[in-house]
Parts: sequence; C-alpha cells; structure tokens
Amino acid sequence: MNTTFQLALAGFLLIGAVTAQTPAPAAAPANAARAAQNFDNVEVHVLPVQGNVYMLVGAGGNIAVQVGKEGVLVVDTSFAQMADKVLAAIRTLSDKPIQYIINTHVHPDHIGGNEKLAKAGKSIVGGNFVANVGQEAASTANIIAHENVMNRMSAPTGAIAPTPSAAWPTDTYFTASKDMFFNGEAIQLFHEANAHTDGDSIVFFRRSDVVVAGDIFTPATYPFIDLARGGNIQGIVKGLNHIIDITVPAEKQEGGTYVIPGHGRLCDEADVVEYRDMVTIVRDRVLDMVKKGMTLAQVKAAKPTMDYDPLYAPENPAAVDRFVEGVYNSLAPKK
Amino acid sequence: MRKSCRANITGLLLAVTVLGIPAFAQRDITGEWGPRFHEDQPERIPGPEIGDYLGLPINDAARLRGDSWDASLLTLPEHQCKPHPADYGPRGPANLRIWREIDPATQQVVAYHTHISWQAPERTIWMDGRPHPPEYAAHTWQGFSTGKWEGDMLTVTTTHLKIGWIRRNGIPRSDRGTLVEHWIRHDNNLTLVSIVTDPVYLTEPFIRTTDWMLEPDQQIAPYPCEAVTEVERPLGVVPHHLPGTNPFLLEFPTRFQIPPQATRGGAETMYPEYAEKLKTLPKPPAPVKK
Repeated sequence: MNTTFQLALAGFLLIGAVTAQTPAPAAAPANAARAAQNFDNVEVHVLPVQGNVYMLVGAGGNIAVQVGKEGVLVVDTSFAQMADKVLAAIRTLSDKPIQYIINTHVHPDHIGGNEKLAKAGKSIVGGNFVANVGQEAASTANIIAHENVMNRMSAPTGAIAPTPSAAWPTDTYFTASKDMFFNGEAIQLFHEANAHTDGDSIVFFRRSDVVVAGDIFTPATYPFIDLARGGNIQGIVKGLNHIIDITVPAEKQEGGTYVIPGHGRLCDEADVVEYRDMVTIVRDRVLDMVKKGMTLAQVKAAKPTMDYDPLYAPENPAAVDRFVEGVYNSLAPKK
Repeated sequence: MRKSCRANITGLLLAVTVLGIPAFAQRDITGEWGPRFHEDQPERIPGPEIGDYLGLPINDAARLRGDSWDASLLTLPEHQCKPHPADYGPRGPANLRIWREIDPATQQVVAYHTHISWQAPERTIWMDGRPHPPEYAAHTWQGFSTGKWEGDMLTVTTTHLKIGWIRRNGIPRSDRGTLVEHWIRHDNNLTLVSIVTDPVYLTEPFIRTTDWMLEPDQQIAPYPCEAVTEVERPLGVVPHHLPGTNPFLLEFPTRFQIPPQATRGGAETMYPEYAEKLKTLPKPPAPVKK
C-alpha cells in the first residue's frame, strides 16, 4: 500500500465512519486528504502483458484492460482523480466502448474511477431487462463485483452511502466464482473470501493467460489486512495459494501465466510463490507466538518480520506495525 | 610520429567508424567455455554448509532469512524448476556457451547471448544501447542486461532480477539488487568479475570471480525440468525453521572448528584483517568422535 493509497484510504474510512451520523462535516477532512495529493503530474503508463490484456500503471491500484472486437473490459479503475487519464490511456488501445468494469475490491484506489469510466461506456441490453429498468441502462458500462463490495459501497435506505450510486456495481455475485465470455475469451472471477477484505475477487483471463490479483498480492509491500472490512491473514494465504494453483509457469518457472498485482510490477507465478512463502512464514511465526500466549506488544517486540522488513517496508515502521497487527488480530482468540 | 604512419592510423580509424569493424580493444569472448572450480570449490560443487555465511557482506535481515531457510523448501513443486539467477548461474555447474547476434545490415553486434548447462538459463546482453525497462516491467531470473566494451573488458549491467540468492543456503538477494559484471579474456582463459549490490540484504557490494577455459569441443546436454510432487503435504505448507529453532546452524562451525561468531558473516569477514580477529574468537567444542 503506497502513501497515496494510505492517504486516500484514510479519507475513505473517515467518510465511511462519519457520514453515517454527521454527513455534512465529513467532506471537509476527506477532501483535505485528497487535496493533499497531487495527481497533476501522475502519468498513466500502458504495458502490454500478453494476449488481449494490458496493464495500466499510475497512481492508485493497477488496472487491467482487455480489448477485442466486442469492446473493452476494465478491471479496477484507480482513483477518481485519475479517471480522465485512465480513459485517455484506454483510448490508445481501443476506440470501442467500455462494456464491463470489474472491481477486485472496495478500496478507493480501485473503484474511484468507476463512475466516470462507466459513463464513458455502454452495455448491450435487451429483453426483460429493458422492460424492467429502461433503455438508459445501455448508456453505461456494467460494473461487476462481489456482493460484499456492493454492500460496502452502498447503504440501507435512509442512510447515506459512502460512494455515489453511479459508481456502485450493477452486477454482483455471491457464489465462489462467476464466469463470463467476452472478446472471444473465457473470464473467471473467483471470490477469495476474507482475504484483503471480505469482497475480494481475482480475475482470470483464460485465453490471454493473465490473472488479475487485486490487493491480495502486492509484491513490493506487505499485504494490507483490512480487518474492519472482513480481511484476514488466513484468507490472504489461501488466496495466494489459489493464484499459484491456477497459474502455470512456462519453462524453468518463468513466464507462462502472468499476474497483475494490486500494486507494483508485472509478475508471474515465481513472484507470487516468493510472496506466498513470506506471508506464510510470518503467519506461522505469529501463530506460534499466539499459541504461547504472547500479547500483541510482545509479538511486536519479538520482530517476527525483521528479515522481510527491508524488502517489504523499507524504513517504514508504521507499515511493519500495521502488518504485524493485522496478522496477530487475525489469529488471536477473539475476546 | 611519421606522416605515413599517422595517415595509416587515420585511415584505419575511419574504416572502423564507417565500416563498423570492431574496435581494437574488443576481444572475442564467444565460444564454448569449460568451468574451473579452483575458487570456492566447496561452496560451488558439493554446496555450502547450512549456516555458513563467511565472507558475505550481509545484514541481520539476510542472516535471519538464512537461519530460517529449510532445504525442504526445494521439494515444493513450485520451487523445483527455478534456475539460478544471473548472478549465481556462473557459480554452479556452469558449462558456458557465448555467441553473438549480429545485425545483418550493419554488421554491428546487437547482443551477446549466453547459455549455461544447469537448468539451461539463457541470457541476452544487449549491446545496442537500448535503455533498461521501466520498474513496472516484469523481473526475470536472468534480468535485463546491457553491455559495453571498456578496453579489453566487456562490462555488463543487469537490473530487473527476480528475488534470488547469493549462497545456496538461504542467503537472499532482493529484487532491488543489481549486478555489474566484467568479462575478461586472457588467451584461452575467461574470467568473470561479478559485483552484486543489494540495498535490502547487503551492506557492501559483494564481489566474486569465476573462471572458464576455452573448450571448443564442449557439448552441453539439454536440461529439461518437470515439477513433481516429491513429498505429500497439506496445501500451502512452506517448510522453514522458526527463529531460534534451526538445529543445524552449529554443525558447520563444529565440524570445521571455526568460531561460530565468524560463521555469521558480515562485511568484516570479507577482508584479510579478519584473520587476526578470528584468532581471538572462541572455537566451539570439538565434535565427539563416534
């Protein structure tokens, strides 16, 4: 999780926490946090991955774009402030309409551009659907996510939602997986339960042979375990093992299936294996300490991540603390 | 200098420039090269001892990675077919082939390619001045290499390496590590000076030399690799030692009667002066003969 994301997440959490009771004042600190970021000089870079899939890199989470004869499919949409630049980058790849947006999870650096990108797209609708919701549904892209993403972006009737309704998923799933076929390619969404959050999806482009991992896999930083939104270290370990299960390396444990992480560089299975090993080893160390009855303070003092800190949180003790707390609170008996 | 001689040199330089003839300083490093193991043989062929970090400029983080490492990790299918990364490949069973890629139009050397016997890793060393990829590009076992001739020496810079190792007992090199190599040919001997820099796990650059002799008749066999289940384990098990529980760390100092403190490595153990300090450190009890 980079600094930009941390700031935005802080703002997002603040909005979520405050709007339920006092909506009006909440905008001020959140806006202040966002205003502190300067997106003006941030560029969006396009990296061809393989097949029909491209990776867009800029501020916020990585974006995957699949293009083809039928149109454009986008996985995650970065920050709202980046939407125009993201859209411009997509237009360098295809002039066809954005038909689908998939959200890997609910955080603002992955859903922020939903509204603008959806409005720039269109859907093919017909039959009873048109009769029920009207032809105007065709004027935006479909937004697909796990049901828990929708639950966290919206709010019960009468309450103020943390995000505008135009950004909400229009098409949710609550099962272990969801299949699609678009641009001549089978696409599978897998729900990775209680991992980074409780609404994580990984997306597998089967013909292009590319997996989009979301924030379950962030190769340059420790994973952020969003306990408040249902995250858990055990789910992250399980999700990483699932990615390793569906990726197939080419010769000598390299290439083959490529993996677009939530943040950071393009990866393959070997990179996920390295990360899975780290997360598992840290989980095992902290679990051993929990079984010995050690408190969170004692676990922190024992420095269970010391050998990985310069790699995943260089000179960032706050990030180390947050990870250890996330692991500990995932594993410690609930009081 | 006589006029005629000066004119000849000028003409020759012009020919080199215009016709693209390689400059004088460049040496032919292509061919089949057989490895020589007179340097660091115990580490390179039988393999390093568990807990032997002597001569490595490592920090505490690297030390704990080594202490936690369990060789059983290599039985996991996803670990079995990993080749050595570019900075370690020449250290192993490294029958080496080097060949040139030449642009047919300009006759300039576009790249050197290398092939090493164990796990058959192949590298490309770009000689055409192209830039290294952006940070968000994929990292590979062999990294991205560019080279240039410095006199008789080919200097190669490599970035974009996957996380690897600098000793085969769990001492890591991070993916932020970089490699600078100097390839030097003397007659039929080829020497590689490699310098690994890693802001994550090394406190100083780590320098090694490795040697080959020209062996034109060398035949390198193919090296296919198929990952299989060697040990049935529950899904997701990653073999490792919890901190403070590795029972093998004292085997090396005990067997060779080396002060355990020295085996922990660190930059000072690289330098000759350390031999004096070594004399003052306590040795472990002698192994009990059975």
